[in-house]
Amino acid sequence: MTRLEMKQRKRDETATRLEGKALPTGAAWATSLRQAALSRVLDMGLPTKRDEYWKWTDPSTLTSAAPTAAELFTNDDKALFSDIDRLKIVFVDGVFDAEASDDLSGEGVNISLLSQALNTDIHWAKDLYGTLETAGQSPVERPLAALNTAFATDGVVIHVTDKVSKPVSILYRHENTTSDAVLHHVVKLDAGAELTLLENGPAAARFNKVMEVDVADGASFHHVRGQGRDHERRAVTHIFARLGKESLFKSFTMTANGILTRNEVVIELTGDDAQAHVGGVCMGDGEFLHDDTVFITHDAERCESRQVFKKVLRNGANGVFQGKILVKEGAQKTDGYQISQSLLLDGDSQFLAKPELEIYADDVICSHGSTTGAIDEAALFYLRSRGVSPQEATDLLTLAFLAEAIEEIAREDIADDVLTRLEAWLARRKG
Amino acid sequence: MLEIKNLHVKLEDEDKQILKGVDLKVEPGKVHAIMGPNGSGKSTTSYVLAGREGYEVTEGSATLDGEDLFDMEPEERAAAGLFLAFQYPVEIPGVGNMTFLRTAVNSQRKLRGEDELSAGEFLKIVREKAKTLKIDADMLKRPVNVGFSGGEKKRNEILQMAMLEPKVCILDETDSGLDVDAMKLVAEGVNALRDGKRSFVVITHYQRLLDHIKPDYVHIMSNGRIIKSGGPELALEVENNGYTDLLAEQETA
Repeated sequence: MTRLEMKQRKRDETATRLEGKALPTGAAWATSLRQAALSRVLDMGLPTKRDEYWKWTDPSTLTSAAPTAAELFTNDDKALFSDIDRLKIVFVDGVFDAEASDDLSGEGVNISLLSQALNTDIHWAKDLYGTLETAGQSPVERPLAALNTAFATDGVVIHVTDKVSKPVSILYRHENTTSDAVLHHVVKLDAGAELTLLENGPAAARFNKVMEVDVADGASFHHVRGQGRDHERRAVTHIFARLGKESLFKSFTMTANGILTRNEVVIELTGDDAQAHVGGVCMGDGEFLHDDTVFITHDAERCESRQVFKKVLRNGANGVFQGKILVKEGAQKTDGYQISQSLLLDGDSQFLAKPELEIYADDVICSHGSTTGAIDEAALFYLRSRGVSPQEATDLLTLAFLAEAIEEIAREDIADDVLTRLEAWLARRKG
Repeated sequence: MLEIKNLHVKLEDEDKQILKGVDLKVEPGKVHAIMGPNGSGKSTTSYVLAGREGYEVTEGSATLDGEDLFDMEPEERAAAGLFLAFQYPVEIPGVGNMTFLRTAVNSQRKLRGEDELSAGEFLKIVREKAKTLKIDADMLKRPVNVGFSGGEKKRNEILQMAMLEPKVCILDETDSGLDVDAMKLVAEGVNALRDGKRSFVVITHYQRLLDHIKPDYVHIMSNGRIIKSGGPELALEVENNGYTDLLAEQETA
């Protein structure tokens, strides 16, 4: 079959799959944005394992008409971020829960639901909804993000006008074993504004989430998320960010459990002296696949980007990293750094990595590294010779391995919270 | 205290016998020096006693206060009172030196059924001991041995020894890579731990360390055996004449 025939087949299959599926209703502008998104999906076709970008992560359960059921998982651990003073917004299986949520008003920040925004004739989200997603479709297609823009039922739209110290926290609860949630958040930070956004919880049996973040000149956006611990849940998420001059974007993700997770982050540095840091730790045990796919484009001078991803895998867990730094012509003095590492706690687990650099400017520093390894035997013996048990020594070395990524979290109380969760994960697997 | 009898050890993966019948008895409070040329089996002896993997004991025994060391895991040997100061201390990126020390101290206490030290108690003791070894607050904060100079690494070994208060300390070429001042500092640290009960096995190539840590006994090791034992004068003999004469003496005997 030729390439063209394959593409046509994909389009045909996608058309059949989406045939008769109604777009959510809304204001005329919203409907036209959704229709445009649907056209993009139909043109690209939903991804299959034959696609280069999906060769290590089978998307079939993410694209199927119905989600695969996922059992709920409960334990006595305190939920992540529960000790942090924050403004809570709760979604249960993708549906906003007003009762469990806080009042959405706050100083320096204007929050509403996407469903409301898309039903309003004049709304600032009109200029952003699907805009960064569309821009992020080139040079690599991301059909599941366009699918999200077309069919998202709700989400949060946040307009930050000032420095906001209290984090906005989106909590996802999963109660229905066959739920299929599609949420889309839009965050707009005005010049000089600041926001910390927290996300945590398993969301649904299957979760498709897009977040578009527009960071204006001198603004700072901090994002920390913990992806739900339900063992059988599946998730595909995209973050699209555009960074203005001297702005800062930091995103950190912790993933423990989950049968399938694909996190794509697409960042465009468009203003000089901007900084983008994206990092994550994942802990996989057993039937588990975690895929971090990152694409950072440097399109301005003196920008800095860092990608720091660490994975701890055991009992046949799989890790994937596809990370790219694209330095466009004229993006001089770019400082790009990328590291992806995995710690395999046994011989059954696997880590696949594709680090890429594409550079069209001549005065840049870009470094990348990727490693896969077991626990350092010399360090393990050194600890044991000092009286530390093999289990405790392994935990200590595991946390040490993750430290560089956790350091990417700016706020110490939030970093400590993440660390406590990781320790609990390790402790639960003892004995 | 520490008693090694007719110890035979080979490499696990190769058919290569390294120790061919080592006998050594270390009484409480005594300092024994083991000297010998490269490849004689000195470091192997220390590793086997500490429990490093890769070696197979084919014959003989080693006991600490009557307990069979080879029946214990490395961490159990440590808790029983055995300490090995490594020739090449291991760097552990990401683990703070202080965390490392506290984990070690409390793990041993736990294994011995004692209460763990509180953060405050621990801090007080470690600061005091670090001071005498000229280990500054920065070295305690940094990751274990990462970016430490040779002297700092060895001082850090002695600090661990001071914190863990073992019964028997084995120092594996602690003088290697040290200049005279660094060696003196390490020797002072060791001497401060001599309390009449704690014993030491000092493995070294050179007499110079023994000028600072005065041994009660000196043993010469060659080809997997202790070929000669004596008092401190034996170390001087080695220093003056090298090992050649001693080895030749052994061959003709």
